[in-house]
Amino acid sequence: MSISARITLEHGSGGALSRQLTEELIYPLLGNDAYPELADATAFEIDGRSFITTDTYVVDPPFFPGGDIGTLGIFGTCNDLAVCGARPRFLTMGLILEEGFPTADLRRVLESVREAAEQVGVRVISGDTKVVPSGKGGGIFLNTTGVGEALGDHLLSVNNIREGDSVLISGPVGSHGLAILANREGLKIGADLRSDCAPLFPLCEALYALGGSLRFMRDATRGGVAAVLNETVAGNRTCGMEIQETAFPISGIVAAASDLLGLNPLEIANEGVMIAVTAAEAASEALSLLRTFEIGREACQVGEVSSRNPGRVILETAVGGRRILDLPRGLLLPRIC
Amino acid sequence: MEVCGTHTVAIRRSGVHSLLPDNILLVSGPGCPVCVTPTSYIDNALNLLETGAAAIVSFGDMLKVPGSDGRNLAGYMGSGRVRIVYSPAELIPIARDSTEAVVFLAIGFETTVPTVAAAFLQARRAGIENLFLYTAFKMVPPALRALLASPDRNLDGFLLPGHVSVIIGEQPYIFLEEPGGVPGVITGFEPLDLLQGILSVLKQVIRGERRVENAYTRAVRPEGNPKAREIMEQLLEPADALWRGFGRIPASGLVLGHDHRAADAGLHFSLPPLYNAEPPGCLCAQVLQGRVLPTECALFGKRCTPESPVGPCMVSSEGTCAASFRYGDAEP
Repeated sequence: MSISARITLEHGSGGALSRQLTEELIYPLLGNDAYPELADATAFEIDGRSFITTDTYVVDPPFFPGGDIGTLGIFGTCNDLAVCGARPRFLTMGLILEEGFPTADLRRVLESVREAAEQVGVRVISGDTKVVPSGKGGGIFLNTTGVGEALGDHLLSVNNIREGDSVLISGPVGSHGLAILANREGLKIGADLRSDCAPLFPLCEALYALGGSLRFMRDATRGGVAAVLNETVAGNRTCGMEIQETAFPISGIVAAASDLLGLNPLEIANEGVMIAVTAAEAASEALSLLRTFEIGREACQVGEVSSRNPGRVILETAVGGRRILDLPRGLLLPRIC
Repeated sequence: MEVCGTHTVAIRRSGVHSLLPDNILLVSGPGCPVCVTPTSYIDNALNLLETGAAAIVSFGDMLKVPGSDGRNLAGYMGSGRVRIVYSPAELIPIARDSTEAVVFLAIGFETTVPTVAAAFLQARRAGIENLFLYTAFKMVPPALRALLASPDRNLDGFLLPGHVSVIIGEQPYIFLEEPGGVPGVITGFEPLDLLQGILSVLKQVIRGERRVENAYTRAVRPEGNPKAREIMEQLLEPADALWRGFGRIPASGLVLGHDHRAADAGLHFSLPPLYNAEPPGCLCAQVLQGRVLPTECALFGKRCTPESPVGPCMVSSEGTCAASFRYGDAEP
């Protein structure tokens, strides 16, 4: 008997259908020599300092131009490890499926998971599947917990930033959130609008080689660049940031679409863009390193750390005015990752 | 003074205010519709809801404004009897599908009024009888008159609202050219529009002129939009209105005309008349008249923030206090 075309409550029962789903669909796609058998827990070994992170994915719709919830579930969690200076090694994955979810769609998601994991060089070594009744869940939710090994002894932290440091961005902003919104609302904005969902580890690894000159990195996901920059200096009594609005790389389609929708590209979520703070003298080398990667081609400096307004991010606008760049407020775009 | 809330936000967001020399101060006026609506209006709407008299439909910002006891309509969002609309056209399906009376919180300036009027008239033509309007519409020119008439006024000119002017045109501002008037320039919303509007006001001030000028000709025709005004006039007629921060201003509101009075929620549900009462310590009333800057209010950024607002100027996305809080007040 093959797996039914749609997920049923019994697929999450722990019984025969659960086992069938795991053995015939999940395991063939994600199984590997790290867990040669289906056990309750999987052993793994990492030398030295390790990092762990967890993230839950509820994006609506689960499939969008440039990726799907599976791609996001791998890259998102691995990016959280990477920006902390860790090489992603192992992941666990919890699936919450809604009764009636097409099995073919689940297969597509799992194939994306496998492909994304291979791209980052991370292995999914444990998992769980639950099914909720029809109408009680958004089709598919997933959670991944990631473990990574430290690239070195240097700890990246907002506490490292100093006056005069350079603030860099790895690529053009705003495409993920807009792609999700356009797809969900059926906005005919343009076929070029794709999520930027991508692994940041190679970029992070390259920058980490700068040693102590690399102060801090953070991927600019929910809340966009505005949120990350604010979190970087929040509560800091000596340092704030001075940022130039026109320095940000923004694609034509993102600029046009966000203008049309009344959104600020700096507040829109990204899934393959990060902010890095480096010592001023290391900035040009950092940019050269970033630009060797396809997704870092447009990397550039967007501002500097300043003592003028401690704890605040000041934006120099396109017309040369100055204002606070605040944390995004209100619900801009729900369920984007 | 920029009269319009959208101007306030555009100025702050583009940082235009930080580019001006020290002797030019932009103050925000009464151009945020949520902000000029009295607290007692919220109390009456809460009362309609809580007595089961009607379901409430509103634009989003209004729901977060605290009533006189601090409660707001947003607290009832989960009940299914409070709905947010982005376009008045949504009123038609909502009223049609509802089994109870539906009251729309009809606030807004001349920009918003025609779309509400059009939706209401369309609902009537479709035979929908359970839709009521709780009107607190306001008109901009009477408020400008009130500001000019104030004995201690501190204004040298107006940036006149671009969107409102698209509807009403230039003529309703002509009283600004009379003795006691000040320069008034109809202004757009892009940074260069704003700078051009400010420059035009300054030129008039230097030359000692007081003229109504249109610096937003790509959107505003001298005669405005007669078709939109015709739709307003089919449904509504001028009446005195109570403004938060100002009190009663003659002929500054719009209420349902004689033929449609049965749909007036205030009359139908015998709602008590509106009055002005401010929360203790809240200076929104003075902020709306441009007498006090948001940062001069002791509550600003402390007890009153966008997440937990005390007064309406901190609630509305177009509110003066919210804009100051978000984008900073002077050169940061």
